[in-house]
Amino acid sequence: MGQYQWNWGIILEEVYGTGEYYYQWLITGLGWTVATALSAWVIALILGSLIGTVRTMPNKWLAGLATAYVELFRNIPLIVQLFLWFFVLPEVLPEQMGTWMKQDMPMPEFITAVIGLGLFTSARVAEQVRTGIMALPRGQRYAGQALGFTLGQTYRYVLLPMAFRIVIPPLTSEFMNVFKNSAVALAIGVTELTFQMRQITGEYAPGNPIEVMTMVSVIYLIMAFSVNRLMAFIERRTQVPGYISGGSK
Amino acid sequence: MDFNFSAIVDSKDFLWEGLKYSASLTLFATFFGIVFGTLLAMARLSSIKPLNLAASAYVNLFRSVPLLLVIFWFYILVPLISGVQVGADKSAYITFAIFEAAYFCEIIRAGIQSISRGQVSAGQAMGFTYAQNMRYVILPQAFRNVVPLLLTQTIILFQDTSLVYVVGATDLLGAASKVANRDYIPVEMYVTVAVIYFTISFVLSRLVKRLHTAIAVIR
Amino acid sequence: MQKSLILSAAVAAVFAGGAHAEELTGTLKKINDTGIITVGHRESSIPFSYLDDKQKPVGYAMDLCHQVVAAVKKKLNKPSLVVKLVPVTSQTRIPLMVNGTIDMECGSTTNSKERQKQVGFSYSYYVTAVRMAAKASAGIKTLDDLNGKPVVTTTGTTSDRYIKQNEQGKAIDVKNVYGKDHAESFLMVDTGRAAAFVMDDILLASLIANSRNPKDFAIVGPALSVEPYGIMLRKDDPQFKKVADDTLAAIFKSGQINTIYNKWFMTPIPPKNININLPMSDKLKEAIKTPTDVGI
Repeated sequence: MGQYQWNWGIILEEVYGTGEYYYQWLITGLGWTVATALSAWVIALILGSLIGTVRTMPNKWLAGLATAYVELFRNIPLIVQLFLWFFVLPEVLPEQMGTWMKQDMPMPEFITAVIGLGLFTSARVAEQVRTGIMALPRGQRYAGQALGFTLGQTYRYVLLPMAFRIVIPPLTSEFMNVFKNSAVALAIGVTELTFQMRQITGEYAPGNPIEVMTMVSVIYLIMAFSVNRLMAFIERRTQVPGYISGGSK
Repeated sequence: MDFNFSAIVDSKDFLWEGLKYSASLTLFATFFGIVFGTLLAMARLSSIKPLNLAASAYVNLFRSVPLLLVIFWFYILVPLISGVQVGADKSAYITFAIFEAAYFCEIIRAGIQSISRGQVSAGQAMGFTYAQNMRYVILPQAFRNVVPLLLTQTIILFQDTSLVYVVGATDLLGAASKVANRDYIPVEMYVTVAVIYFTISFVLSRLVKRLHTAIAVIR
Repeated sequence: MQKSLILSAAVAAVFAGGAHAEELTGTLKKINDTGIITVGHRESSIPFSYLDDKQKPVGYAMDLCHQVVAAVKKKLNKPSLVVKLVPVTSQTRIPLMVNGTIDMECGSTTNSKERQKQVGFSYSYYVTAVRMAAKASAGIKTLDDLNGKPVVTTTGTTSDRYIKQNEQGKAIDVKNVYGKDHAESFLMVDTGRAAAFVMDDILLASLIANSRNPKDFAIVGPALSVEPYGIMLRKDDPQFKKVADDTLAAIFKSGQINTIYNKWFMTPIPPKNININLPMSDKLKEAIKTPTDVGI
């Protein structure tokens, strides 16, 4: 209440009784944030592209299954999904598997978070990929078929290469989201950046939350900016001549 | 693994309280987020440079950081700066309204930009002031065009309210986790809230889709 | 120290005549001005401060705090003072105290010298030892048995530090797992996600007493630390602290503390009517005989 004692140097101080420094905690946190986000993104891109493509296929049954997948993962909050993977799944599996997941699986929080965040994001990527394929003029699909391509070939050589270049701008924002959403992993105990911030401001240096939170926010801003620049570069390289690609930036 | 249904029934009142809080948080943040977002959108499209820059900075700032981080910021700092006492439940209202405004702003901005220049000129030709033009010509059309997007954002917002759990607020998830930890029934509780979130979000998103088609036909 | 005690006693005696004779400062002034006293409570610190089956905060610390609130009402001569209850976690209690959201915290907060840099403490009303809870069948007896195993602690509590320190000192390699609150941490041992839960023994005892099969768990290992609990207050706020201390001292002296202790530790308590059955320790008896606010 009006008597805040500023100490921007807090970050360089030693954490009482641990022999470690606050900045080391933040760097560790950043490491986990980046690792979680990138690993989840790999899963999301692969699964999302697959499922988005399947949704546009003529096979009603397959397409319906893919739609169900997307709806399921899009309509449950991420944090609840993480809880389902972390607290519920090991209990409903056969006992041995459940015990393995809980005790012997290496880095259980990290792996659970990567899979959970990856699947959550894959549903959103799938939507973008589907939209991209649907945005192509129907003529392209017919052209492929007229050339005697099989369905697989039509997708492989005609539709997907075009669709992917179209969906890159919307995927940029999904890529940004995966970094932001990785913060939710703290709920199952991944010691990522926001977790470290909470740990520091909660117990170790509760007198200086503004400094610590500002620094963490700046790290996130730098991360968002870097991702944005990287994707802008990729966007420019892959732009389809003659197409106004979507997305605002 | 036995699924304990009676435990869910026992805790239904508490879960209902949590759901009511989630819903009120969603409605509050949607309303004020749209109001504030509209002002921001107008500022972003304004020709007054400082206003334009300030609004852009605001929107980009909040769209670049995790919502969780913003929740912690407001939770700890609103009382510190203002000297007003707020608990987790109350600070979340402010957090979400301010955070979501940045997202609503971008949707509304797109809506305003979708109005053809001719409309704006027509309004000006009729002698409308800037405010009148916004009020009677641009905003009504802009809003109608983006209603489905605004509603979709509201569904996302509803799901995002589950994050207030981390600061100990008793939303739907918070209520469930409190019961789960007290009575050792995590499976029952988390499956139940997942089903509730899914049902609500899914039904709402179907309705939005139908609305979208309806609007598209009129246009 | 002794001198200042005598002095403050003298000051109190001088002003004993009228409730408002001394000028109000700090938290008391704030409470007087706003007409509201905000009490921070925990949600799962059984039996100190937790939610009963009606989601109402109850417990040993809450009973003591209600008496402090009554004393404040009396001192300010405001019988209709509004009492606001705010749930806090081990994570948020200190920030919320520092920033003025809560006026006093009634839970299970260790009075430590490190924390005293930021907040104040009343006389200690409980003394606990940090140990670990494990599945009885797991065969864990000492810290060394934890080598390579996941060990859970609640995010933002002191015990976290003991693991960290012991990890260095004894060169054992422990996988740190974090629970949001004690209940969640214990759940992790219960479901087998963690091999042990390092925490204050009383919290462990009550979590075990409340579990489905109390016989499945055991409190093991050496006392990593002995810790006094106090009501957390704002730092440098002697007037309010005095009200809290005097209230506690009176409860200690009159023997009323035994009734309150027995109610929460020796008889069945809500929500499940389970008896923790933990007789008063010698350390606590000492702290009651000679009230102290010295931290560790």
